[in-house]
Amino acid sequence: MVKRGSSTFLLSMLCFGMAFLYVPMFLLIVYSFNNSKIVPVWGGFSTRWYKVLFESEEVWNALALSVKIALVNASFATLLGTLAGLALVRFGSFRGRTLFGGMVSAPLVMPEVITGLSLLMLFITLKEFVGWPDKRGFATITIAHITFSMAYVAVIIQSRLTGMGTTLEEAAQDLGARPLRVLVDITLPLLAPGMLAGWLLAFTLSLDDLVIASFVTGPGSNTLPMLIYSRVRLGLRPDINALATIIIVTVMFAVAIAGWIMMRQQKQKEREMQLATTGDAQ
Amino acid sequence: MTVSGEILDQHWLDSRARPFIHIRGVTKQFGGFTAVNNVDLDIYQGELFCLLGGSGCGKTTLLRMLAGFETPTSGVISIDGVDMNDVPPYERPVNMMFQSYALFPHMNVENNVAYGLKRDGLSKEEIRLRVGEMLAMVELSDFSKRKPHQLSGGQKQRVALARSLVKRPKVLLLDEPLGALDKRLREQTQFELMNIQDRLGVTFVVVTHDQEEAMTLSTRIAVMDAGQFVQVGTPTEIYEYPATRRVADFIGSINMFEGRVTENDADHVVVDSTDNALRFFMDHGASVSDGSRVWVAVRPEKIRLSRTPPPNEANQIEGVVQDIGYLGNVSIYRVRLESGMIVEVTVPNQTRPRDGKHAAGWEDRVFLDWEASSAILLTR
Ligand SMILES: Nc1ncnc2c1ncn2[C@@H]1O[C@H](COP(=O)(O)OP(=O)(O)OP(=O)(O)O)[C@@H](O)[C@H]1O
Ligand SMILES: [Mg+2]
Repeated sequence: MVKRGSSTFLLSMLCFGMAFLYVPMFLLIVYSFNNSKIVPVWGGFSTRWYKVLFESEEVWNALALSVKIALVNASFATLLGTLAGLALVRFGSFRGRTLFGGMVSAPLVMPEVITGLSLLMLFITLKEFVGWPDKRGFATITIAHITFSMAYVAVIIQSRLTGMGTTLEEAAQDLGARPLRVLVDITLPLLAPGMLAGWLLAFTLSLDDLVIASFVTGPGSNTLPMLIYSRVRLGLRPDINALATIIIVTVMFAVAIAGWIMMRQQKQKEREMQLATTGDAQ
Repeated sequence: MTVSGEILDQHWLDSRARPFIHIRGVTKQFGGFTAVNNVDLDIYQGELFCLLGGSGCGKTTLLRMLAGFETPTSGVISIDGVDMNDVPPYERPVNMMFQSYALFPHMNVENNVAYGLKRDGLSKEEIRLRVGEMLAMVELSDFSKRKPHQLSGGQKQRVALARSLVKRPKVLLLDEPLGALDKRLREQTQFELMNIQDRLGVTFVVVTHDQEEAMTLSTRIAVMDAGQFVQVGTPTEIYEYPATRRVADFIGSINMFEGRVTENDADHVVVDSTDNALRFFMDHGASVSDGSRVWVAVRPEKIRLSRTPPPNEANQIEGVVQDIGYLGNVSIYRVRLESGMIVEVTVPNQTRPRDGKHAAGWEDRVFLDWEASSAILLTR
């Protein structure tokens, strides 16, 4: 029995929490359609800031750079993270395993400023001794992103490998598959969902990152978060509100599509289960 | 089937016969825990060898060492004369059916079964043929395109069985192969297993919990307990001459009377029960000393039940019927002795009970007795 008082309390807490999360976003969206140049003053409905945004080459460049970095980063991080996860879970206890494990996951707990700073140091030292990278930008940011998002992928892969157990791989070996064959035929297909999750996580982490990118970037190379931050530092701007609105809408669509796909898979599974049980009658 | 196997090829009695699987002094430790403890075993070509034992006694661990997934902490395993110590699982002439089936979830039934044949580089046509044959045998031809998650437990088990059989290995390791099958399919598969063993000369090592299955299937049984073999022998030996109380208890049901040896000769032994109320007579000698503590064990079907006192004096017990279980072909009587002990007796229903009346009714006073050769004397 839930008392009426406590249910009212819970309900109001829920409303309060939701409001806390979504009212700011709502305000952002509303003010992106504000005709006035000064953000908090309502000057009537208009889409002029969207026009300003679409005509700004700077914004387009930043977006392209961000997406490019995110794509390359996600792919490399997934590759390296998967290899690291496999090495940690499947290769037994090789020398230095504990150290390797610690080093792989260190970027997860390291403060971002430290990661950024140390990577900057690395690039400067490298430039001093081997003459590369002579210009910081796409390459340096991508490398920096790979180093930390790889750790996230490795963690996902590790937990999936542990949860999977070794029985299926043993069964394949038992049927005559050599270790490489087992990896290709059994382990990787079963890891695929984990790898996809890792890829998506690495992609969003990279798209999201401001701190590390700011450390290792050079003049003229601005990612989207950096662009937004640098503009807003000088005060709220309605065109940035418009940009933020577009991002929010994009994310909402992505989430909706993902949910829809998941629901469809669930339905498919249920149908197959039904088939399996009704097909039993012999 | 087993009878012909027993009479014709009892390799284990032939001192010149070369064992196919040769296990010597094999121990497996996990950390400080000893799962398999200094085991010696010879299994001969074409045997259907059953490992029997309670949960956690090390059956799966022994099987995994044969398949190559665990390395023995010490000891030697050789198969067909080859030391298996450095041979990886994918090169051993051994296939295993896993306790958890281990079907590949991303492949359909057909591809699961075909996987091992593909690794052997067989032609497409041959693979198709052999997979089809195998699926027909386990009655899954209509399910060949299903994924494992679309199968019931018993169907999964049959796919796993088919997958391990299809490669026709020299040794087939089956970890509880028939547990999830219904009675009809279980009997059919048991028959088919024995058939394959006859036809292809495959050597089977089968783990099972089910003692009845072990009795019907196997040429020999090893009873395991706490990582060791308590007894290895033919089903008859294990059933009629169990070596310890544990084995006697594990295989079939048995009545156990604790007592002391009071007379001990070359041709007979007399045992008095601990409370001195009963006296048991055995017409064979045993290596026991006077006064030592022993157990007299009698199988329920070896005991006669009558309403009137039987003629022979020895091995005679009086009691009251407490419970009757009618199983159709036999009835199981549970008889309470004066000491409070319950003795189980199996009585064949040779005539139809008249007016629903049995040989003896509830609370009837009855007499039990058995032949002097029927009881088993156990010292541990
Ligand atoms: N990898 C492992 N690490 C530690 N202990 C293990 C491991 N594998 C098995 N054991 C232990 O060894 C013992 C024997 O296990 P095993 O799986 O061989 O039992 P089993 O006889 O097959 O039992 P069941 O009939 O329940 O399958 C158990 O006590 C188990 O806990
Ligand atoms: Mg087991």
